[in-house]
Amino acid sequence: MTPEPFFALATVLFSLGIVGIISRRNLFVIYMSIELMLSSVNLILAVFSRLHGDMNGSVIALLMIAVIAAEAALFLAIIVGLYRQRRTLDSDVFSKLSQRDTL
Amino acid sequence: MSTLLIWIVLIPFLSAALMGLVYLTGLRSNHLFYTITGILAPLLSGLFSLFIGWELLGSSADVVLHVEAFQWIALGDFDIAVAFMADRLTAVMLFFITFIGTLIHIYAAGYMSDDEAYGKFFSFFNLFMGSMLLLVLADNPIIMFVGWELVGLSSYLLIGFYHQDAKNIKAANKAFMLNRVGDFGFIIALSVLFIALEGDAFTFESIKANIGFLDNSLIALVGMLLFVGAMGKSAQIPLYVWLPDAMAGPTPVSALIHAATMVTAGVYMVARFSFLYNEVPEVGEFIALIGAFSALFAALIASYQSDIKKILAYSTMSQLGYMFIAVGLGAYSSGIFHVFTHAFFKALLFMGAGAVIVALHHEQNIFKMGGLRKHLGLVYVTMFIATLAISGIPPFSGFFSKDAILAAAFASGNYGIWMMATLTAMLTAYYMFRMLFIVFFANGHEYSNIPVLSRMMTWPLVVLAVGSAFAGLLGVNEAYGGSNGFASFIALPDRSHQLSHLAEYMLGFLNVLMALIGTGLAYKMFAVSAKEPIGDTFWKSLVMHKFYIDELYDRLIVRTLRMLSVMSDKVIDNKGVDGILHLFVSGYKTAGLLFTRLQNGKVRYYALYILAGIAVMSLLMLDTMEAM
Repeated sequence: MTPEPFFALATVLFSLGIVGIISRRNLFVIYMSIELMLSSVNLILAVFSRLHGDMNGSVIALLMIAVIAAEAALFLAIIVGLYRQRRTLDSDVFSKLSQRDTL
Repeated sequence: MSTLLIWIVLIPFLSAALMGLVYLTGLRSNHLFYTITGILAPLLSGLFSLFIGWELLGSSADVVLHVEAFQWIALGDFDIAVAFMADRLTAVMLFFITFIGTLIHIYAAGYMSDDEAYGKFFSFFNLFMGSMLLLVLADNPIIMFVGWELVGLSSYLLIGFYHQDAKNIKAANKAFMLNRVGDFGFIIALSVLFIALEGDAFTFESIKANIGFLDNSLIALVGMLLFVGAMGKSAQIPLYVWLPDAMAGPTPVSALIHAATMVTAGVYMVARFSFLYNEVPEVGEFIALIGAFSALFAALIASYQSDIKKILAYSTMSQLGYMFIAVGLGAYSSGIFHVFTHAFFKALLFMGAGAVIVALHHEQNIFKMGGLRKHLGLVYVTMFIATLAISGIPPFSGFFSKDAILAAAFASGNYGIWMMATLTAMLTAYYMFRMLFIVFFANGHEYSNIPVLSRMMTWPLVVLAVGSAFAGLLGVNEAYGGSNGFASFIALPDRSHQLSHLAEYMLGFLNVLMALIGTGLAYKMFAVSAKEPIGDTFWKSLVMHKFYIDELYDRLIVRTLRMLSVMSDKVIDNKGVDGILHLFVSGYKTAGLLFTRLQNGKVRYYALYILAGIAVMSLLMLDTMEAM
């Protein structure tokens, strides 16, 4: 079985994630896009591990799944916190770091 | 014995520091302490100087005392020690500086007794004494230069002593800056000399030993530059304009610094470098010419002044001109002899003038005086003696020293210089007796409550009057039955020209005649009644305005410099340098404005930037991987 379809899938997933982050403003959608990108990276890791016959990549992929699960808890908590502050899930509202008073 | 030399210099400095510290701690009204400390320092230095003089008198003429205090700078070839030397020239300078210095310190204790800053005055005054002694005792030109600068500093401090008046501060600044111009010449000369000698030991003795190896044109350059320094310090054309203004200081300062000692430093320096100037007589002739012009020029101005201290200031400049004629023409001992006698009678004249000024409650215009001989008898008698001395009436001291200079000028064949000097002699008698007649004779004013002058102020006058009368007898030359004692004691390498006794008598007679003509003129015009001169003719107003030299300098130098400064401030700096900077600044500003657009606080844009960054980096990595 050739690895190309996996690469293509990973690329598509990653690109979808990027487009999601950049173009969508809903925090949940952004979060899901990030997850999508992480999954594509995981997939690549697993594929290469298989290709090289080296289990290290697979181990890291498994580890990452655990980390992503923990991160999901954190991320959702942050989103809830943000929502409590501004009563909105629009990411553009949270722009305190912008250079507002342009010279 | 020679360690005494260190103490001679050190004592005034120590006392100056002590008084300065006590003054700064706030004990300002303790006049007795300041008086004793202030007078003791020059007195002790004077006693030590007498020991040194005695030692040198007893030994042969080429004995030089040396002492090294400590190593100052040692950088390879540049090896300068703080060292002192005393030969016979030094001994003469030491004697009259400390002697007259002590007298003027005593006088100042009377003159300044009402001043708030009494302690500060004595501290500065002793600082000057120390600096002047450092100057004359220096073993190498670098130390001499240090002393040279320090006397300039103390002169500046004392001219601006009455600092409440902005005019005095201006005068002090003027003196300081003009001296800087001269000092620049001095230090360039020393540098050239140092480089030319290729780092041999840089003391007067070693320079003297090696001077023969140098190129004549180089020596001439060094001589000219050194003389630029002397012009500044000794108020010769063209750097003289500070001296009349320096009269803004207290009168004891004018007497000690701007008449007797500091202003003669230039003459001393030329005499100290006599071995150098003997190699280049044409530079010496130039010095003599400048001296002659200064003498005549200052005498002319003095004849039309009405401020008593200004008259004396111009007179000092004129007498300094005489001294430069002498040292320029190689008659070093005559020049130093005139320095010596001049110190007595000019200090006396200034102190007498100070006494008159105090008596009349700080009135300096001679035309508001008159008939004072009845009120100030002692001052009158002593000033009369000093006037006779400066006018060159025998047997008072000025006659012998001035006669020696005029004879030297005549004998050297520079008849132009000789004629100018003789004419100046007449003018000297004229303006000095003019002052004397107007102040002490003339139609008297009514004076109310002339204070009794304290003994501190009058006794020094008497001592100096004795000095003015008889100091000249030390140097009577063979023609007048003397043994030329001063010149043979001081043993300087004079370029002497022999003159027959008959010629000497003729010259002496001519001088006395000139002095008498000047005196007669002054008597006829001012003895009975005196009116303030008015500049009604072109000539008179020209002289009364001091030939508009100050105005000329103002136009030529001060305004030009100011215009340059304004131009570099307003045009070069504001438009040029700042313009370029502003260009950069506005560039950064617009660039910054562009980049602030990127920072909009929206997460998704930041993600895009990160992505772009990673993409570029990945492309680069790919590129390098392909290259491998």
